[in-house]
Amino acid sequence: MRLVVVFAVLATLLVVSAVAGVFIGAVAIAPGDVLAALMGQDSTAGTIIRELRLPRVLGAALVGGALAGAGALLQGLLRNPLADPFVTGTSAGASLGAVIAVAAGATATVVPLAAFAGALVAIVLVWRLARLGGRTTVLTVLLAGVVLTSFTGAAVTFILVSSDRLALRLRAVLGWLQGGVSVISWGELAVASLVVLLGIVGAIFVAPRVDAYAFGEETAATLGIDPERTTAVILATTALLSGAAVAIAGLVGFVGLVVPHAVRFLIGARHRRLVIASIPAGATVLVLADLAARSIIPPAELPVGVITGLVGAPFFLILLVRSRRMIV
Amino acid sequence: MRAGYRDSEVLRGIDVAVRSGEVVAIVGPNGAGKSTLLRVLAGLLPPHAGSVTLDGREVASLDRAQLARRIAVVPQVFDTLFPFTVREIVALGRTPWLGPFGTLGRDDTRAVTRALDDVDASALADRRIDRVSGGERQRAVLAMALAQEADVLLLDEPTVHLDPAHQRALLDVIVRLARDRGLIVLAVLHDLNLASAMATRFLVLRDGAIAFDGAPGEALTRPLLRDVFGPGLDVVTHQGRAFVVPDGEDARAR
Repeated sequence: MRLVVVFAVLATLLVVSAVAGVFIGAVAIAPGDVLAALMGQDSTAGTIIRELRLPRVLGAALVGGALAGAGALLQGLLRNPLADPFVTGTSAGASLGAVIAVAAGATATVVPLAAFAGALVAIVLVWRLARLGGRTTVLTVLLAGVVLTSFTGAAVTFILVSSDRLALRLRAVLGWLQGGVSVISWGELAVASLVVLLGIVGAIFVAPRVDAYAFGEETAATLGIDPERTTAVILATTALLSGAAVAIAGLVGFVGLVVPHAVRFLIGARHRRLVIASIPAGATVLVLADLAARSIIPPAELPVGVITGLVGAPFFLILLVRSRRMIV
Repeated sequence: MRAGYRDSEVLRGIDVAVRSGEVVAIVGPNGAGKSTLLRVLAGLLPPHAGSVTLDGREVASLDRAQLARRIAVVPQVFDTLFPFTVREIVALGRTPWLGPFGTLGRDDTRAVTRALDDVDASALADRRIDRVSGGERQRAVLAMALAQEADVLLLDEPTVHLDPAHQRALLDVIVRLARDRGLIVLAVLHDLNLASAMATRFLVLRDGAIAFDGAPGEALTRPLLRDVFGPGLDVVTHQGRAFVVPDGEDARAR
């Protein structure tokens, strides 16, 4: 019963925030005109709503949902409530993949796939590093993430500076990299939605088996999990979700960390319900964060990653302090 | 059977057969290979030579889910960072029985309820695993293994975080279940007196080989203990039962 209520509330919040995201913006458009625009009326308002606001809201929702879902899986796999695509360097890996693809002149369809590849390499690396010495600790995961993030950051900067193609639109690329959902076409959105959908299906499918990792990988094995296969599925699913999110919005921090953490308090630790609830919750959080990002200093629009960073980083710090006992 | 790790062989010349209903205490000094033996039996570590068979079938030929329906392991490390309830932890024992969609059926729910009853933890079912006492948590983890409804129960130091009364209570549960359900129980135990109180059979390991295999009463003799553990142990008899005590003078007097 409680579960149904939580799911219903989360779904309602997502709809309400999405509606708010479409109706509110830098250019004031009367609600009646917004509705007319959504019905397909040709006008300036129509263009703003259909080509800017709607894809942006959907993009933010996709990114937030994907990151939260990926975060829920990663936390379960690594037994680490401080893990998410951002702090593990998975997003950074995805951004490197995406930047390489753009610099090489890839089409918008290929970019999410390149981001997925980058995310996969990164998460597998972190997984391997975190397991050195036999046991995964919170600290090794975070350190591996730091190393990976600084390496890919340097590589991305190198490519940005040395690529003529990217140099011309440095500002746009930097805006995207910082977590901006501002420039997104329906085509990119369609590809990303497919990838996210695939990731969500995978996440919901594998989630019950993530529960068995509660006492570590060896106990998961004695509980009947094939650790190698299941871990591979979890990592690939995480990479799909993070790759799609990064392809749309660059590096959006902490949503994947904070949202599953908060949702766990509402509905407990089992991963299937955690994943299912985290997706709409993450989508809602990012749609609202994006709304804030474009309303705080109008007409300028901040990348949404700025908002999640400003709010999420202190939250992360609080969690870190509270969990200091298990860090080493 | 011989087994070990990449650059070292820990166990050699191990040849043991265990029947259902037996409660085997695996004892021996630190580094004798007790935990390694348990990991081989659990199918977590493939032997270098020889094999482990269950009802004549090689354990190595079973996949993880098939294995987990036959052999349950009570984990030694039982910290979890997530707020699972005790019931949810016990339900993890149903993992090898889950269908492709990962949902619990009526049989699963029944097995979980029974396992909670077995360890007298029904009242704890809805409490959070990170908010119950060490003894309660250990019972929950035992119930998780029982919910697997396996024929073999492997335990590595199950009483390590428990006070003496709880140690005794936990072992009583295990012994009762072994007898009533014909389980095979193999437990690594450090406390020799506790081991002799629960086990029907002692397996004494020394340097990766079996130094003694037989009844507990025959294992607890001064020559054997000195031989295996070194000097410093003595055996006294109280009400017909042998007890291991530190040898000779009071350590504080030295």
